[in-house]
Amino acid sequence: MSLKIVVLAKQVPDTRNVGKDAMKADGTVNRAALPAIFNPEDLNALEQALQLKEKYPGTTVKLLTMGPPRAADIIREGLFRGADGGYLLTDRAFAGADTLATSYALACAVRKIGDFDLVIGGRQAIDGDTAQVGPQVAEKLGIPQITYAEEIISAERGKVVVKRRLERGVETVEAPYPAVITVNGSADECRPRNARATQKYKYAKTPSERQADNTSYYATLCEERPYLNLTEWGVADVDADLSQVGLAGSPTKVKQIENVVFQAKESKTLTASDTDIEELIKELIVNHTIG
Amino acid sequence: MRRSRYTTHRIMNNLFVYCEIEDGVIADVSLELLTKGRSLANQLHCKLEALVIGHRLDGVAAQVFPYGVDTLYLVDDARLYPYTSQPHAAVLINLFKEQKPQVCLMGATSIGRDLGPRVSSALHSGLTADCTALEIGTFEDKKENKTYENLLYQIRPAFGGNIVATIVNPECRPQMATVREGVMKKEIVDAAHKGEIVRLDVKKYVSDTDFVVSVIDRQMEKSKINIKSSPIIVAGGYGVGSKENFKLLFDLAETIGAQVGASRAAVDAGFTEHERQIGQTGVTVHPKLYIACGISGQIQHIAGMQDSSIIISVNSDPNAPINTIADYVITGTVEEVLPKMIKYYKKNSK
Repeated sequence: MSLKIVVLAKQVPDTRNVGKDAMKADGTVNRAALPAIFNPEDLNALEQALQLKEKYPGTTVKLLTMGPPRAADIIREGLFRGADGGYLLTDRAFAGADTLATSYALACAVRKIGDFDLVIGGRQAIDGDTAQVGPQVAEKLGIPQITYAEEIISAERGKVVVKRRLERGVETVEAPYPAVITVNGSADECRPRNARATQKYKYAKTPSERQADNTSYYATLCEERPYLNLTEWGVADVDADLSQVGLAGSPTKVKQIENVVFQAKESKTLTASDTDIEELIKELIVNHTIG
Repeated sequence: MRRSRYTTHRIMNNLFVYCEIEDGVIADVSLELLTKGRSLANQLHCKLEALVIGHRLDGVAAQVFPYGVDTLYLVDDARLYPYTSQPHAAVLINLFKEQKPQVCLMGATSIGRDLGPRVSSALHSGLTADCTALEIGTFEDKKENKTYENLLYQIRPAFGGNIVATIVNPECRPQMATVREGVMKKEIVDAAHKGEIVRLDVKKYVSDTDFVVSVIDRQMEKSKINIKSSPIIVAGGYGVGSKENFKLLFDLAETIGAQVGASRAAVDAGFTEHERQIGQTGVTVHPKLYIACGISGQIQHIAGMQDSSIIISVNSDPNAPINTIADYVITGTVEEVLPKMIKYYKKNSK
């Protein structure tokens, strides 16, 4: 018994280890200083999908990502690690979307893909940390959601069993599928690239990327190997309503953005010497901070 | 209590707080939000309404009314506990269609972050996750040339904590926001206050087909770590170096009566439990003393502890960013400094 799985993945700026050059002098984010990466928890999600593929032969894993044309990198990365194909949702009209408009676009694309059993994504993306897109996609598709998944234990005869990692414990739930599952960072790490798959999909490209490289050699290559053609969809391709995507479809508006500046304090500098530390401890005891 | 003759539901557009319940006890984060909700409702001149969904809810009223709740909605059914997404979402969606609240607040917890987005999607209302401040204010939409009064400012860090964004939902209702535990302060308004209780019929709000997910097994631990309310916190970062060195923090904490916290980097490195994480994606704390050990001071961490009264930074790097907000900077390693702190505390405390 095989499954059809769609993995939701996002290309994100790496906000985890932000250096001093991440902010420009004018207080705006210097995107150039932040490398674009595969959102970490989406990799955990991909791993869960690939484990199901191993468990249930014949299972297919397709990635779905929304972003600028360069987000095709995410699909290739997924292919290198064992996915079977992917869809890039890209259109200027999608720009400026909040989580609701994003979920709407993704749900339209999932419907367009049509035949699926599970939609699996990361719990949240590190550039927003909202964890909203998964449940919103589930609601738009009218199917159950299982968030905070740590392990997809089984998916058989229409029922998926999932272990969830919650703040204060663990829970195992059973739900009918199709369903949306969002995977926690505590789940298994994603396997590395597979050498053979990396060779196979090295030249996989979207139509826009192909236009940039329209040598006859490459055109022939794509004709011979149809799997090198990545799908690229715009608003019209997924039958999305223009008023519900991008900035126009976003109920939330950004009123103001402020750069974070912490008020520097006048600090006393001490050494690790016995005298300095004893003085400090005495001071804290005397002013009743401790003891 | 002043009770109007019209305690019906004619006055709508109120402020709702979805309250979480575990073993009959309302979660702290919900009480914190009731406190915040009370003050926002006063500013908006609307009612504060609490919604509790679960089973055996008799003890709930006494827990929430002291926080100034005007109306308490109870939805009691054996199938509603433990929490599952769709039945709880169905109550909120259908109740909100009726009541048209202007604001809905919930905890940024495993439950709130599962429930909020599903409800906001169904109602096409904006939702902002993990707000660190909520205020009421005006919004001018210059493009549309429109001014909106009394909107909820949903203020949250974004982009890994490097910026703070103020988000508004001008057109869609309710304006929804989640807030993490410990960010707001809970405060009893009047211990004797009693509001109105409205029991909702589950069948009117939830259909049998909403009960599709079943909980097969559930193991919840009582939260044994409570760093949020500790007056002294000893927190460790990646610079502590190892799980073994982290024991030094526990030794110091035990000696001076503190709790141990950690930065995300230390938790990710496996030095200590996730429940101890302080910062934007962990707990927010405001102790009177915060001893930061081997914490460089990523903005995400500082966001969760900057309101500590006194900050001591123990770091071998004299230029660690956290030092700029510290009152005392001790340049040295955790291995050398912490044992000395323990030694001199024992020597000098009477």
